[in-house]
Amino acid sequence: MTIDLDNINVILATDCGSTTTKAILIEKVDGEYRQTYRGEAPTTVEKPFANVTIGVTNAVTEIGELAGRVFTNEDGTIKKPVVGEDGCDLYISTSSAGGGLQMMVAGVIAEMTAASAKRAALGAGAIVMDVISTNDKRRPHEQIQRIRELRPDMILISGGTDGGTTEKVVQLAELIAPAKPQPRFGSEYKMPIIYAGNKDAADEVAASLQEDWIDLAIVENLRPKLEQENLGPARDKIHEVFLEHVMAHAPGYDMLMDWTDAPIMPTPGAVGDILQTIAKKDGINVVGVDIGGATTDVFSVFNETFNRTVSANLGMSYSISNVCAEATMPNVLRWVHFDMDERELRNHVKNKMIRPTTIPQSLESLIFEQAVAREALRLAYKQHKEFATTLKGVQQQRTVGDTFNQEVAGNTIVDNMKLNLLVASGGVLSHAPSMHQTAMMLVDAFEPEGCTNLAKDSIFMMPHLGVLSVVHPKAAAQVFERDCLVYLGTCIAAKGLGKEGRPCFSWSISGDINASGTCNFGDLERIEMSPGQTATIMCEPARGFDLGAGNGKKVTHEIRGGTVGLIIDGRGRPLKLPENRQKCQQTISRWVENMELYPEETNVAVAT
Amino acid sequence: MAHAYTPGLKVTSRMSNRVIRMLPIKGDVMVQIGDTVTADQIVAATYMPGDVYPLNMANTLAVPPKDVASLMLLHEGDSVEEGKPLAQSAGLFGKFKKIYNSPYSGTVETISEVTGQVILRGPDIPVEVRGYMSGTVVEVTPEIGCVIESDVAFVQGIFGIGGETCGTIAFAVDTCDCTLTASEINSDMNGCIVIGGARITHDAIEAARDAGAVAIIGGGMDDQDLKEFLGYDLGVAITGSENKGITVIVTEGFGDIAMASRTFDLLKKHEGHEASVNGATQIRAGVMRPEIIIPLDAGTAEAEPDHTGGYLEIGKALRVIRDPYFGMLGTVKSLPSEPQVLGSGSKARVLEVELHSGESVIVPRANVELIEA
Repeated sequence: MTIDLDNINVILATDCGSTTTKAILIEKVDGEYRQTYRGEAPTTVEKPFANVTIGVTNAVTEIGELAGRVFTNEDGTIKKPVVGEDGCDLYISTSSAGGGLQMMVAGVIAEMTAASAKRAALGAGAIVMDVISTNDKRRPHEQIQRIRELRPDMILISGGTDGGTTEKVVQLAELIAPAKPQPRFGSEYKMPIIYAGNKDAADEVAASLQEDWIDLAIVENLRPKLEQENLGPARDKIHEVFLEHVMAHAPGYDMLMDWTDAPIMPTPGAVGDILQTIAKKDGINVVGVDIGGATTDVFSVFNETFNRTVSANLGMSYSISNVCAEATMPNVLRWVHFDMDERELRNHVKNKMIRPTTIPQSLESLIFEQAVAREALRLAYKQHKEFATTLKGVQQQRTVGDTFNQEVAGNTIVDNMKLNLLVASGGVLSHAPSMHQTAMMLVDAFEPEGCTNLAKDSIFMMPHLGVLSVVHPKAAAQVFERDCLVYLGTCIAAKGLGKEGRPCFSWSISGDINASGTCNFGDLERIEMSPGQTATIMCEPARGFDLGAGNGKKVTHEIRGGTVGLIIDGRGRPLKLPENRQKCQQTISRWVENMELYPEETNVAVAT
Repeated sequence: MAHAYTPGLKVTSRMSNRVIRMLPIKGDVMVQIGDTVTADQIVAATYMPGDVYPLNMANTLAVPPKDVASLMLLHEGDSVEEGKPLAQSAGLFGKFKKIYNSPYSGTVETISEVTGQVILRGPDIPVEVRGYMSGTVVEVTPEIGCVIESDVAFVQGIFGIGGETCGTIAFAVDTCDCTLTASEINSDMNGCIVIGGARITHDAIEAARDAGAVAIIGGGMDDQDLKEFLGYDLGVAITGSENKGITVIVTEGFGDIAMASRTFDLLKKHEGHEASVNGATQIRAGVMRPEIIIPLDAGTAEAEPDHTGGYLEIGKALRVIRDPYFGMLGTVKSLPSEPQVLGSGSKARVLEVELHSGESVIVPRANVELIEA
C-alpha cells in the first residue's frame, strides 16, 4: 500500500508489551506533528482472551474517550481513514508480548562470527537464548544437549568469511539437525533457520539441514570479511521471519497484521531504530536504557555504530532477586544512607519477586529500590560495554611508532567521554517521584564523563516512534524532539581520581545563566538551569583530571538546562564509594542533601 | 475505572479441576475416556530420541573427510555397542591397520563427507507421564495425552520449589501461626505432605526430607533458609525442576508469616487424605503458581465459589502484601477515587484499610490482595 505522507494528519500507534498495551495518538497541530493523547490496557495474548487485538482495541478506546472521538469500528477494528473528527490516517504497532522474539545463534568462533551473529539478532530486537560456537568450551554433545533444551523461535547460523572455512560451518549445521530443537509454538511449527555465513558453504549447509521440520533461508554473509560486518540482510530477514512465522503463531496477530499500515516490529528493534535516527540526524553519540521488571535493554550509537544488549535477568521485579545476587547486597546497600536489616531486606526482595506488581509505599522502600536500580543499570551497562566492541579477529599492521601503543582489536567502542546524550526509560526511572532521583540513578550507574545531556522518555513512546520513523521519518523526528524526551539537564563530570576536598576543576558559565565556582574532589552539586535555557561552560580541570580535552586541559562545552538543571560532579571516575559503611552512609547523605533527592520531612533515620 | 481488580490466590473447598497430561513427543496413550486413574498411574509413555554424540572421525583416522565413509566398519543405521569396532584406519601399504572402537553405544545416524563427522545416536530415552491427580479420564488425544478431571479441594501457593508429587496430608503443628521446626517432624511422616503453620525453617525442611516426606507446606519461609536449602541464591522465580528430594510450598510469602486461616482449616479438614502437589512456580508471561490438589469423592461437599480475587469493595477482607504493613490483615474501609501522594513521594491510587488491630492505614491499591472473610 502506498502512503501519501503529506495527507497524514492523525496517527495511532500501539506497543503490545508483555503486560500492558500502550497506545499513543499523534496529530498534526499547526503544521507540526505532536503527541496528544495516550491510553493503555492490559495485554490480552494469554487465556482467557488469547487475542492481542482485544488489548489494542481497549487501549485505543481509552484514547478515544480522552479525546472525545471514535477510533474503533463496532467490530473493534481501527477506523481508517479520518472521517470528520473520527478515525486515523495511519496505524502502526510494535510488539514484545509473549516473551518477544527468542533466538539461538551460532557461529564458528565465539569472538568473531558468533559475536557478529549475536549483534545481528540483538539489533533486530531478539532475546538471544544462547550462542553456540566451535570454541565455546562445551563439548559437541553438550552443545547438542543445550540446543535440544532450548525452545527458540528461530535460529541464525553464521560462520566463515566468504571464501574461508566451510568445514566448521557445516559442522555447526550438523549439530543443529540431529538436536531438533522444539519450537515454543508446538510441533506443527516449522523451525525457521537463517543462514548468513560463508557463501561457499551455503549449499552444503542446506544439504545438512534438509529436514521436514526446518524452514531454511539463506542470506548474505553477515561477516564477509574479518574487518567487515554486513548485518543488514540478516536483520531484515529476521524481521521478515518474525512476521511470517512468529507473529503468525501468536494469538490474534494475524488480525493485527491486517490492521497495521507497516510491518509490526519487535519493540526493542523499534527503540534501536529511533535512537539511530536521532544520533544520525544530530551527529551525536547516544546511550539509551530501558529497565523493566525482567530485563534491562541498553542501546548505544557511537560514531554511527549501533549496538544493543539485553541483560535477561537484570530487572526490578521478576528479576530483582537476581540483581541482588549478582551485585551482592553490600554493593546495593552502599547507595542507601541509613541502616537496614539485611535479613528483612532479603525477604522484601523475594516478596517483590513473587508479587511483582507492588509499589514502594515508604520512603525507605523507595530508596532501597532505587539502590537496586543503580546496580541493575551498572551491571547492564558493564555487559553492554563488554559486548559493544570493535571487530575482533581483524589483522592489524603495526609500525615502529605503534611499539608503545598496546591498543588491540576488540576494545569497547563505548566511550563515556564522547557520550552526548543519555536517555532513560522504564518504570523505576520514568515513574520516580522526582526527576532528580532519575538523573542521579543515571549518573551513578552510567558514570558519564565530560559533558553529557540527560533525558528521559516521557511516556515510553520510543517504540512507537521507532516504527513510525520507518513509515514517516519527519513525523517521528518532530514528536521525538518535542514530546518524547524530557530533558533533565546536563552533567559535567571529571575523569580521574584525587584526594577528597582538593580542587578537581573550576568552572564558569555564561549565557542564559551566569555563575562560576570551584568543584573539589568528592563534591556533587546542582545548579538551577531551567528547560530551554542554554549556556556555555568553561572548565579548567586540575592536574590528573580530564573533562574531554585531555589531562588538566581547559575545555568549553555548550550546555542545556532541564527539569533538574546542571549537575557538577567532582566525585571522579571511576566512581568509588568509601568502603567503610559509616563513612559511605555519610558520603551518600551529603550527596542526597546536595541533590535534594528526597523530601526533607523524611522519617528515615539518616546516619550522621 | 469504577473498580480496581485485585488479584488473589485460589483457595477453594470444592471445584472441578482438570489436569492435562501430555507427552513431549508422540507416543502411546494408555488410558481411555471414562477410565478411573490414580495419581501415580502411568497414563502415557514414549521414547525420546537418544542423546547425540558427534565423533570427528576425520581427525581420529587422520584422513580427509571424504575418505571417512570408506573406513567405517558400520554404515548409517547400524547399531554399535560401547567399546566395539566402529572404524579401521587405512594403515600403511595396507598393513598396520588400527581399529577404532566406539566410545558410546548407539546407532550411526550420519557420516558426513564434508566435515568427516560421524553422528552417533544413543539409545532411546523412555518417557513416562503419570496421572498426577486421581480422577476420571475425560479426553484423550491419540498419541499425545489425556485430560483427567476430578472434584477437588484446591489451594494455590505463592511460591514453591520442586515438581509434582503425591502423598498423605499430615499436620506437624496445631495452629496456623506456629513456626515449623525440625522438632515437629517425625518418622511417621514418611511419604506424607507435611503441613506447617507460619514460617518453615531450613532444619524443618531437611528433617522432613530425611524422614521421607514428599512435600512440606507452610505460610512463609526466610530467604536465607531457601538459599541454604538450595545451595544458591535463587535469582528468578522459575522453579519446579529442582531435584532436592522434597517439594516445598509457601502459601503467603517470604518472612515469618502465618498461613491464612482459611487455607490452614481447609487442609486440616483433609488431614489423612491423599493429595497431589506441585511446587513449580513461574512469575512471568504464563503465570504458574504452586498447587495443592485434594481429590474429593463426588458430592461430599457443597460447591462454593473460589477465592481468586475480585473487585475491591468496602468491607472486603484483604491482606497487605508490601511493607510497611506486609502480612497484616484487614478490611476495605474506603476507596478514595483520587490518587494520593505516598510516603515515598509517588502518586498512586490508594485505599483505606482497617487493620485487625483497629488502626486505619492508607495503602496503595497495588499492594493488597483480597482474601476470604
